Amino acid sequence: MEQTIAALKKTPLNARHRASGARMVPFAGWDMPVEYSGITAEHLAVRERAGLFDVSHMGEIEIAGKDALAAVQRISSNDASRLAVGQAQYSGLLTPEGTFVDDLLVYRQGPSHFMLVVNAGNIAADYAWIADGIKPAGDAVAVDASSRYALIAIQGPAAQAILQTLTAIDLASIKYYWFTHGEVANVRATVSRTGYTGEDGFEIFVPPQSADKVWLALMQAGEAQGILPCGLGARDTLRLEAGMRLHGNDIDTTTTALEADLGWIVGWKKEDFTGAAALRAQKAAGVTRKIVGFEMLERGIARHGYDAYIGDEKVGVVTSGTQTPYLKKSIGMGYLPAEHTTAGGEFDVDIRGRRTRARIVAMPFYKRKA
Amino acid sequence: MAYPAGFKYTKDHEWIDLSGDRGKVGITDYAQQQLGDVVYVELPEVGAKLKQGQSFGTIESVKAVSELYSPVTGEIVEVNTALKDKPETINSDPHASWMVIIKLTQPAEAGALLDATQYQDLVK
Repeated sequence: MEQTIAALKKTPLNARHRASGARMVPFAGWDMPVEYSGITAEHLAVRERAGLFDVSHMGEIEIAGKDALAAVQRISSNDASRLAVGQAQYSGLLTPEGTFVDDLLVYRQGPSHFMLVVNAGNIAADYAWIADGIKPAGDAVAVDASSRYALIAIQGPAAQAILQTLTAIDLASIKYYWFTHGEVANVRATVSRTGYTGEDGFEIFVPPQSADKVWLALMQAGEAQGILPCGLGARDTLRLEAGMRLHGNDIDTTTTALEADLGWIVGWKKEDFTGAAALRAQKAAGVTRKIVGFEMLERGIARHGYDAYIGDEKVGVVTSGTQTPYLKKSIGMGYLPAEHTTAGGEFDVDIRGRRTRARIVAMPFYKRKA
Repeated sequence: MAYPAGFKYTKDHEWIDLSGDRGKVGITDYAQQQLGDVVYVELPEVGAKLKQGQSFGTIESVKAVSELYSPVTGEIVEVNTALKDKPETINSDPHASWMVIIKLTQPAEAGALLDATQYQDLVK
């Protein structure tokens, strides 16, 4: 047990979390805060004011070289040629079968320089997959730059006002899924209008040695607005309420981009990329199962791995579920046969031996007001 | 939060507040802290017979599902149905949020449970 804890990786903010009284848990090989003041309070802070997250465990893989665009086009599902410098997109790292090695954000740093932000638990596997996958593309090299960045997310309706007090960057001019470079709290930073909460906000890449300084500055700047430090628990309930997939739960190497209803991150007009042939065939034939959002009609939380039934027949599986603090409903995602995915349709979830009624609803469960 | 001196405690973080041959059962402040926000409690029917250490229900928080274990052998004589609609009171007032009342059939078992001081040492 103690050996396991010693082997866990620590973000540059680890000491700060521990000093702030966060509850720490092992997550994807990292010692991470799961909650500070409580999932409900943190979730509501992000929906109503602002929350601060340490997401430094995420990986950054950079691809550069004359043929970097061709390399990124090969290994990622979305069409990176549509990105201007300073723009980001959600994308997939797919197997030849069109299933998910990982999901990621692709940032275009320069005409021939991309940064891929990947999930913490997949950094090594992604890097190996990418390094191998880009070989045929020509002049392009991939570097695992994860240790060069700490990543802090400030999310919530007050995020912009709080962050603006610490930077000369005109935040209002950064559109959703665009980013720019500048200084935050006198620290060199890349500021991206992205997030994993369904709320407006920014993700801030800073050098690891300056992470604590930026964190403290943001906490102080947001004090009057009631900013709260948030852990992985609230991050999960927020992303689920926003209908965002979690790799390892909702998408993995057994689920294709089409089954996950993520056809919009597939660059159908691209010539060739890993997974293209399989996805085109599946698109032509139609999927046999598809992800749905649902809410429970009876008490209980449908959790990852619970079986879904229609009548006595086991027809699918739950991939995520929680009680959402903001909507105050028990919601989830799961895969059902394609013919049973219409909103309003009902099915049962086996919650520890108890058949519990659920109704299919459109995702996202929560959508912020524009 | 202080652990009431009159209660007995288990290593599984339940408390029992004994009165004659009956005892109110709940979970400790430490347990509710570990669980986080409680959203659901599943409790047994009146009349259910339990052995010491047997599961009498489940408690679900946003984070996880946990079993509830009976501190003693006996029969359920009352269930706190109000908790079904207000499970969050387990977080706000754990030592007043009793879940069931058990009529003890082997009262000697209670003597071997932890007292408040011993329990406090356990969770330190």
